[in-house]
Parts: sequence; structure tokens; C-alpha cells
Amino acid sequence: MKFGVVRFPGSCDEVDALLACRQFGDAEILWHGDRDLRGADAVVIPGGFSYGDYLRAGAIARFSPVMEAVTEFAREGGPVLGICNGFQVLCEAHLLPGALLPNLGLRFLFRQVELMVENADTPFTRGCVRGDRLSIPVKHTTGRYYAPDRELDRLESAGQVVLRYAPGDNPNGALRDIAGVVNEGGNVMGLMPHPEHAVNALTGPTGGRALFESLAAAEPVPA
Amino acid sequence: MRARVLIRPKEGILDPQGQTVERALPALGFAGASHVRIGRLVELEVEDPSQVPAMCEKLLANPLIEDYEVQILDGEGGDA
Repeated sequence: MKFGVVRFPGSCDEVDALLACRQFGDAEILWHGDRDLRGADAVVIPGGFSYGDYLRAGAIARFSPVMEAVTEFAREGGPVLGICNGFQVLCEAHLLPGALLPNLGLRFLFRQVELMVENADTPFTRGCVRGDRLSIPVKHTTGRYYAPDRELDRLESAGQVVLRYAPGDNPNGALRDIAGVVNEGGNVMGLMPHPEHAVNALTGPTGGRALFESLAAAEPVPA
Repeated sequence: MRARVLIRPKEGILDPQGQTVERALPALGFAGASHVRIGRLVELEVEDPSQVPAMCEKLLANPLIEDYEVQILDGEGGDA
């Protein structure tokens, strides 16, 4: 499995994401100005402040050349994982439903959260069991997941809510405690917490490993 | 032509900035202000004002969470 990790101007978690991916497969950085995904079998859109988060988080990054290639890759069924700012970019690009709003408390949040796996039948969570709890840090200002009520009902019944903050541990006011969702095809996932910061026991809990491990074991989509 | 775009959170979306300001006003002695909503203002010079709504749909606003209102202002330099 070869991972491609996108680097936008303003990305700041791409190196951690790259190192996390390299624990489970090959990985290299993809530059935002390139349309070439360099043969990646899976793409990671990392956290940070792409293009300064000008206008709205993810609003500008969505139009970068690499995102054209990522969109095409996703439409062909290729797995794409968006973390934090990457989640915001994927929502702005309409590759994922919903949007991320400023945290209810209007503050930057940086802490460990407990997540519950709601759907273990995605390429990102196959190594988990439904109900598993993962301890992963969040660090964001704009992480309140929002979609209209009817859309949320639809997402829940279609199993597109993959990760939820454990009861009482919703840090940002996300509707229905949603921390991570997938698209209809199940091959594009976004989450606010940072699994790439939770893969090494030296630095804390390793709840993020399951996501990279699952993805590394996923069947590559034939080119 | 000068255009002005007013962007605000959609009705029904919780706006904690607006709520905070709403709570601050009475503390400063201003009674009777309610439904405070905080959004964004974009001003731009455009050759073809008919393109502005499309600009809003594609970039300036996120129609899922924001309403926008386009105002076309008269004259080159806009209002005083």
C-alpha cells in the first residue's frame, strides 16, 4: 500500500501523517500544485491551515490542482482520508456531506478525546469492532460538524457516521456527537481528531493506529 | 461596477459569536437588542455583476451553512 500525503501551503501535520503512514506502508508527500498522485493507493489530506484558512477553512484548498486529481481518484473509488483541515477541505469540495462550523465555545481546543467506532465496515475502520473506543487528540477551532437534520438522519441510517465522540466528550458542539463521516461510497472519510498524532506509545495513547492499519490492509483500487 | 456581498449564517444555525455579542450588549447598558447574527462582508469590483451570484455559490459563501445577499452599488467608486 502506498500512501500519498498532500501538502498545501499552510499544512502543518503532513509530516506526522507521513510518518504514521510509513509505519504501515510506503508514503510520500504530494505537492498541492501537482496533479500527479504518484501512484498512491490511498490519499491523506492532512491537518493545518491550508492557504491560511482564508475565507473559510478549506474553501481555497478545494480548488488546488492536486484536489482535481484527488476528486477524480475518489470518484473512481480510491480511498481518501481527510484529517481536521483535510476534513474541512473534503466537505468544501463536496466529497463529503456537511460542513464544519466554529467550535461552540469559540476557542481553539487541544485535548485528548474518546471516540466510539460506529461503523467498522469501512476501509478506514475494518480493523476495529463497532463500539470500540479510540483515544485520539483533537486540536482545532472549526470542528463543529453540521448538516441539516434530514441529512443527518440519512447519514445515520446509511451508516455514514463512522466515529462519534463518546458520551459527554463532545468538545466542539458537533451535531449528534459526530467526529467522523464517510461518503456514500464509503471510500472517502473525514474526521476532526488527529489519528496521526496517536500512533506511537512513546507519545501517548495509540488510538490512531487502527485507522492507518485498516487503510493499509485495504484492497488497492485497480488503476 | 462595485458589488457588495453580505454573508450570514443560515437561519437555524447556532451562531455563538452572535450570542456572545447579544449577551454583552445589556451589560454595556444597551437594552432591547436581540437576534444578533454575525457574518462576513465581501466588497468587490466586477465587470459583469451578473456573475456575482455564481461567485457566491462557488467560493464566497458555503450555501449549506450560509445565506448571501448581493448588492450592486451604483457608480465606479461606490458609495461615500
